[in-house]
Amino acid sequence: MSTAADERNARAPWALTAPALMLFVGVLLIPLAMTVMLSFHDWGQYKGIEPVFILKNWHEIATDPYYAEMFWRTFRIAILTTLLTALLGAPEAYILNRMSGRWKSIFLLVILGPLLISVVARTLGWALLFGGSNGLVNKLLMSAGVIRSPIPFMFTETGMVVALAHVMMPFMVLSVWAALQRLDPQIENAAMSLGAGPITIIRRIIMPQIMPGVLSGAIIVFSLSASAFATPAIIGGRRLKVAATLAYDEFLNTLNWPLGAAVATLLLVALVLIVVGSNALIERRYAEVFR
Amino acid sequence: MAFLELDRVAKQFGAQTVVDDFSLAVGKGEFISFLGPSGCGKTTTLQMIAGFLDPTRGAIRLEDKDLAAIHPAKRGLGIVFQSYALFPHMTAAENVAFGLEMRNVSRAERAERVRAALAMVGLAGYEDRHPRRMSGGQQQRVALARALVIKPSVLLLDEPLSNLDAKLREEMQIELRQIQRTIGTTTILVTHDQNEAMSLSDRIVVMSQGKIEQIGTPQETYEKPASAFVSQFLGKTNDFAGTIDRTATPARLVAGSWNAPAPAGLSGPVTVSIRPERIGFGDVGLSAKIVTRIFQGNHWLFQCDSECGPAIVIRQNDGKTQPVEGETVRLAWRPEDMSVRGGVSA
Repeated sequence: MSTAADERNARAPWALTAPALMLFVGVLLIPLAMTVMLSFHDWGQYKGIEPVFILKNWHEIATDPYYAEMFWRTFRIAILTTLLTALLGAPEAYILNRMSGRWKSIFLLVILGPLLISVVARTLGWALLFGGSNGLVNKLLMSAGVIRSPIPFMFTETGMVVALAHVMMPFMVLSVWAALQRLDPQIENAAMSLGAGPITIIRRIIMPQIMPGVLSGAIIVFSLSASAFATPAIIGGRRLKVAATLAYDEFLNTLNWPLGAAVATLLLVALVLIVVGSNALIERRYAEVFR
Repeated sequence: MAFLELDRVAKQFGAQTVVDDFSLAVGKGEFISFLGPSGCGKTTTLQMIAGFLDPTRGAIRLEDKDLAAIHPAKRGLGIVFQSYALFPHMTAAENVAFGLEMRNVSRAERAERVRAALAMVGLAGYEDRHPRRMSGGQQQRVALARALVIKPSVLLLDEPLSNLDAKLREEMQIELRQIQRTIGTTTILVTHDQNEAMSLSDRIVVMSQGKIEQIGTPQETYEKPASAFVSQFLGKTNDFAGTIDRTATPARLVAGSWNAPAPAGLSGPVTVSIRPERIGFGDVGLSAKIVTRIFQGNHWLFQCDSECGPAIVIRQNDGKTQPVEGETVRLAWRPEDMSVRGGVSA
């Protein structure tokens, strides 16, 4: 019961978490803080970065409609991608969950498999299939006479949404699948015995219970899509920029680091606000299901 | 005429026969228990009645209509699941109302019937609670109300009490029996608990390895077990090896130093089965030594080492002095209290 021992006990958790905490502070918090600071610095074509405190970059982002367009496009693409993954991923997870043992593990592997392949490779696959008149599918359809000109895919928002949805699908499926695991295995039988048909069972019994899974999957997919770089860079390139590729270009092509930092910071803040806000909403709405 | 009839029903999963040749006629308003160890096929049989599984062979008829032609959702049976399977995103009242909604019962009538059903199971005032905020016993009551509110022709209970603690289980047994008596719904209970089966049912179907061992009233199955399995499964029992000696006149049934007039029509080696509470300590009979003596409040439990192997004796705690550990005693019982199996016809 000595005070010294108590103090030692109180210090122990800090000591134990110190290595991880230092890593977290060293590689995440400090660079993040530096990026935020960088966004307030000045930059000129000939003078480079000047460590002063000005709002020039923020003012430019706020007033130039070019940036507004970039951000709207980013979130539009992220929202459409999220909707697409939810519409396809939730039924996919439900079907997966109803499969019998062996098929279930095979198809779970099929769904998770893409995660093992680089995003770049997966996106380039789409480019190979639909990339202009040399794309495999376009070539095939054109030679078959189904279409005259190649299906517009590269440098379009549709293409970006399709490719991103493909990349993000496993996150949605896994999230919904986790929610399905929590379902009572007899719940569908219970509803059926009370006279509910298959559509009613899905709409009234299954959907409300997996909604938290769909929504948490949506948060993951949305934030990953809004901050995605590789897919937009390959499909959209320079012609169709989103926030992440814009920041990249400011950093590495224009060399305007402060402006790039401001874009990156704005993207981060917007994402954090959206994710935290929707998470709070979901938790309040589904308190009973989550408990 | 039977209300619910199972006619030589069988279920196979691949090469494995889970239920075989199951025939049973259930009368209207009867309370039947399917009793057996896990894996004996009792739940499978229940699920076939419910329609979640299709019988491989045989037919199930409800009021002379073949159930195979009726979709599970249209059978109108009330089912209480072991896990209760309540809808967690709905309140107690919404859970109970679901079946009525599916039957397009008007809103006003629905509210009235839900209220009555919840009151019947003692949950008046809990309408707006969500299942996760209720205790196991309360959830169980909601599940029962949900199954009963649709006025099912048959109520199927799949080990409904197995997740409750012992005291609550006993309370629920009494309550379940009262509710069933009051509304008179034909009920089938699946259980592995022999006490539950005995205290609730009109008749018990004892099952083992997919087959019916015995169908009878609780008393019949306990007093006159049709097989060694039934006598072992329903309560404790002593099995002694004996022989029927037809050379003596009159013929006698002998087990160690205990003997009695032989039952008619049997001879040769037999198994004498006798319940522990029917054995008394006397001056003549099977010689035994008391190994342990356990006091259990209203009765004493003796484990003895007899000349025919281990034996259990239960004596009422009626205030009389009881033999102590290590004492040599004689075990005797009335011939009408035992059942004799085996032997050959003489």
